[in-house]
Amino acid sequence: MTALKVILYIVLLAFTVAAPFLFPDFRTQLATLWLMIVVSLTWDMTGGQMGYNSLGNIFFYGTGMYVAAVISIGLVYDVAEYTSAAGGGMNDFTPVQYFTGVGLGMLGAGIFCALCALILGYILFGLRGPYFAIGTLGVAIAAGELVSNWEWVGGGQGITLPVYPADLDEGKLFFYFLFAGTGVILFIFLRWLYGTRFGAAINAIRDDEEKAEAMGIHTMRYKLVTWSMAGFFVGIVGAISAFQLISFEPLESAYQTINLGIFMVVCVLLGGKGTLWGPVIGAIVFHVFKEVTWNYLLGWQWVALGALIVVTVVYFQDGIMGWLAHRKPEWFGVRVEKNDATEGADR
Amino acid sequence: MDQILSNIGLLFEFPIVNLKILIDGLMIGALFALAAYGLALVWGVMNVKNLAQGDFVICGGYVAWYLAGLGLPPLMGVPAAFIIMWGIGWVCYKVVISRVIERDLFTSLLATFGLAIMIAQILNLLFGSDTQSIKLEYATLYFGENDFIDVPIAKLIGVCMAAVLAIGVIIFMKRSRMGQAIRATAQDARAARVLGIDTEKVYAFTFSLNSAICGAAGAIIVMVWLIQPFYGITYAIRSFVIVTAAGLGNLPGVIAAGLGIGALEQYGAHIFGIGYQQAIAVLLLLLVLVIRLIQQRRKRQSLQ
Repeated sequence: MTALKVILYIVLLAFTVAAPFLFPDFRTQLATLWLMIVVSLTWDMTGGQMGYNSLGNIFFYGTGMYVAAVISIGLVYDVAEYTSAAGGGMNDFTPVQYFTGVGLGMLGAGIFCALCALILGYILFGLRGPYFAIGTLGVAIAAGELVSNWEWVGGGQGITLPVYPADLDEGKLFFYFLFAGTGVILFIFLRWLYGTRFGAAINAIRDDEEKAEAMGIHTMRYKLVTWSMAGFFVGIVGAISAFQLISFEPLESAYQTINLGIFMVVCVLLGGKGTLWGPVIGAIVFHVFKEVTWNYLLGWQWVALGALIVVTVVYFQDGIMGWLAHRKPEWFGVRVEKNDATEGADR
Repeated sequence: MDQILSNIGLLFEFPIVNLKILIDGLMIGALFALAAYGLALVWGVMNVKNLAQGDFVICGGYVAWYLAGLGLPPLMGVPAAFIIMWGIGWVCYKVVISRVIERDLFTSLLATFGLAIMIAQILNLLFGSDTQSIKLEYATLYFGENDFIDVPIAKLIGVCMAAVLAIGVIIFMKRSRMGQAIRATAQDARAARVLGIDTEKVYAFTFSLNSAICGAAGAIIVMVWLIQPFYGITYAIRSFVIVTAAGLGNLPGVIAAGLGIGALEQYGAHIFGIGYQQAIAVLLLLLVLVIRLIQQRRKRQSLQ
């Protein structure tokens, strides 16, 4: 079984590396798919594994974008002058400056978002259930509104970053591998993390926080660390998105509460909350569904999206993995003794 | 920063500015209180936190605006929106809400968020993303030195209609058979069922009533301010602020909090500039949550 799993993982990894070469026309879509996978996995860290349903993880995405942009610009120019010029004339970046900006920007965005998560989490983790969801949603919306009034980072106009210094096709490949690399590292990290004592502790918080606390788990510390890890990775992909999009503005592309901010929740619910593979499968299904249907709906795509959210939440909340676990428990290592009780419970 | 300080200075230099802001704020706050009362009703009776609240408000506004465009007298738009939004609320209840009542709270929150996105996008497709309003042919009253304070009669009519609606709903809840059934269900749904109340019917009625109240509030808003398909979420957030601050089943509290938030928002917009108005509404939510949190921490409890 383990040998089979190792082979499976090697095949998947090989496919990840080969995908942009096999489908050169879909490089940007594939990169976006990895973005969705990363944000879904990070959402599931708090939402699925720890039971804290955040609607505001998009805050880290937007903040990551802005931090990365400010760092990469600040290395070369004065940020206020750059943003007020709005891309006019001040756009000369040497390749070395560009790649240093990308590297430091990603790192800085990740660290800054992790710190933000610690500070915000200290305030917000006193809220439970729906209050936490509304509070985090409030943070994301407020951040978008405040940034769009902040002239130093370009206000409502947003920021225009330099383009990739070499061939644009090569650039698409570059961003694909940045996203995919982050995704693979995150997946391996989570696979390890959920098997440790830490994973057991956050699952205990999800199942019953009072009891977990009574058992001597410092719940606040665990919650803060989990959220800041999630924030770290979302900040990094936010930074990559900033360089990939080149030009972005606060409300629609950075703090996009109703787009990506809700997509990640839907992906996780679609794939199955609280499982390792659920968010990945959900993100793939959702992204394929979205890209295939988007072109044919002509303006109604957002209505269809709202309908998809409602249908997923109301009728299919266990998701694909939950459904599979119910139908084929033996795949998940659960041994089912055939007796009257289980047969009666079989739907 | 200088701008902010000079705006604050203005408040002290000319006290009459305060009065003007306060009147504006209280008038808009009356409408927030109406939507928040609907939210408190649904929250208290069926434990559903409705994020589509604001979109019902905007939807009601568009109903009134559309009918006014067809030649209906603008003031008739309020009852018309009430009736039509009643129907829309009933459909929403039957299709979505009835299936999430028994589930955990995040489910209802997310389902209504999906509903909110759908309503906003359908309105956007049908009517476009421009801001809309109905112009009323009424004079404006002036008070104070140099007629500094202007109160359009249209706004006064709007506030009066809001008050009439609120009083009507309160009397209905107190006196009518259905109102009693709703209050009984809010206290203990299971006991109510045992005593022969058809709770399913009560839930459907409550949600439709909430939607209708929101629709009427929206119809008033379109007469005195502006609506736009995507303004919904801030109305929903304001309703959450008010209900979280006032608590459930606390009607005077809801009214006071609604008026207070209206006034605070106007002050904020005056001091920081109109661009921050949406941000202020959301920051007030965070402020209220943090205050409630500190209160709960004293009792060693968490807000849930």
